[in-house]
Amino acid sequence: MSNPDTYQNLRQFADSWGLLAMVIFFVAACAWPYRPGGRKAGQEASTMIFEEDDHVR
Amino acid sequence: MVTVISRAGIWLVLLLLSFAAMLAAKDSGFAIHMGVFALAALIGLWVSISKPDYSRLAKGLGPKALADNTRYYDDVIRWGVIATVFWGMAGFLVGLVIALQLSWPDLNLEPWLNFGRMRPLHTSAVIFAFGGNALLATSFYVVQRTCRARLAFEPLARFVFWGYQLFIVLAATGYLLGISQGKEYAEPEWYVDIWLTIVWVSYLAVFVGTIVKRSEPHIYVANWFYLSFIITVALLHLVNNMAIPVSFLGSQSISFFAGVQGALVQWWYGHNAVGFFLTAGFLGMMYYFVPKQAQRPVYSYRLSIIHFWALIFLYIWAGPHHLHYTALPDWAQTLGMVFSIMLWMPSWGGMINGLMTLNGAWDKLRTDPVLRMFVMSLAFYGMSTFEGPMMSVKAVNSLSHYTNWTIGHVHSGALGWNGMVTFGAIYYLTPRLWGREQMYSLRMVNWHFWSATLGIVFYAASMWVAGITQGLMWREYGADGYLVNSFADAVAAIHPMYVLRAFGGLLYLGGAAVMAYNVWRTIAKGDIRNEAPLYNIDQNRDADRPLTAVPAE
Repeated sequence: MSNPDTYQNLRQFADSWGLLAMVIFFVAACAWPYRPGGRKAGQEASTMIFEEDDHVR
Repeated sequence: MVTVISRAGIWLVLLLLSFAAMLAAKDSGFAIHMGVFALAALIGLWVSISKPDYSRLAKGLGPKALADNTRYYDDVIRWGVIATVFWGMAGFLVGLVIALQLSWPDLNLEPWLNFGRMRPLHTSAVIFAFGGNALLATSFYVVQRTCRARLAFEPLARFVFWGYQLFIVLAATGYLLGISQGKEYAEPEWYVDIWLTIVWVSYLAVFVGTIVKRSEPHIYVANWFYLSFIITVALLHLVNNMAIPVSFLGSQSISFFAGVQGALVQWWYGHNAVGFFLTAGFLGMMYYFVPKQAQRPVYSYRLSIIHFWALIFLYIWAGPHHLHYTALPDWAQTLGMVFSIMLWMPSWGGMINGLMTLNGAWDKLRTDPVLRMFVMSLAFYGMSTFEGPMMSVKAVNSLSHYTNWTIGHVHSGALGWNGMVTFGAIYYLTPRLWGREQMYSLRMVNWHFWSATLGIVFYAASMWVAGITQGLMWREYGADGYLVNSFADAVAAIHPMYVLRAFGGLLYLGGAAVMAYNVWRTIAKGDIRNEAPLYNIDQNRDADRPLTAVPAE
């Protein structure tokens, strides 16, 4: 860390490619459940916890 | 037999090492802590020798019957539930004591029981001991049920539980002995930090191992939250606790960071302890137990995925709002503020997702006090995640910072959101883990609910008044340009609020005591209290007859 350019280089990367990569990942992750068929997959996942049901109805 | 001997050998080596470190210690605190380590190793040695079934070993079989893969491994979860109740009572009690100390300073018993040492004891006991054990127990429960697989690495899971209790004991005794590295919520010194790292990596291995051996293809969203909590807390812990010990046989260390860098690292840690320990982890609980108790799937599974990604992407940047108007560069303060305000969206998205799970089942609130706990918890999640971003705005922060408003905010989140969701999970788990039909008393759950809720109202309301009073008194200038009030004037002005806060804490502790009795009775006796049901339609037997004409007289 003694090199004075280290901070500048890291800072430049964080403000450009790093930021872009994070934004793309974030948008993609949020859009993923809304892909075609996503609603059905979500419904199946959300009712899955009742299949093992130990409840006495 | 070889494994029994080698395990006992490891314990013996640890025992001798810690005993030697105790004798060679540079200060008495370190000596006491090495004594605690030695005691733990002695207990481990005893268990490793006395537990194995020697008749099996004589026949050339393994020390224990093989794990029954047709059943879930619930022993650690049962211990975790009991530990949660126990540490909860301890932490709430210490909280009440320090609230009384602030009201009546004569209660500061020097040096071991003064406010400065009792305060980290309270915060660590409620966050890491009560909350941490709740997270351990529920994460092991939820990951098994949602993966439809028995817990991975059972001996390691037992080590995680007992190792974590040892961490709690070391932290708690350290505070009273005056051992602290002076970082809020990260007070334990270097050797305790190393121990927690070992425990935490083991925790990660057990959790991920169970996910890897799952028989359910999809990983349920609760596990995502739990996993992000485990990984991020590991990261936060490692970075913030980087320090160089003064001596490897002493309890003091020098932090790797200094000045404003140290402050930023500390509050990057501190705020994400709130964000990932007290929020992401507890959201894992919420996304499993609320749908299960309401008997309805979560309102929108897709919203829960967005909740997850938005929460973890935004929370990690919010820490600088703890350092408004300090030496921290202005852009970093503003960054922290902006990300805190953006956090409002995923937080409320998640709250709405949880509350709307009850859509079409709101009537259950009348009859189910456990569901009431969960709903109140979500309501406080929403309230405190609105209040937090508001307080992070610089203009508001200039009034609220360093006042009791902050304390009130933290407690509406901790008592309301974390406490209530944990109580709900305890009431859900106890009958299931001990094979009981239901809790000993649902009425008592209801008493607990109202006592705790009223306690939070007293707490939050008194701290709002106290905080704003302090903020206004500190900034009041007279016509002559001098401050009107001295610091002591503000302290005297809020004394009644301190007393009311302590009363709120007493109500909260009282409710938890009712829970402790209820849980003990359910576990130990398993009977059901003879009580009126919570909801019944009135019967009018006299009117229950055909209408006939009455002959005139």
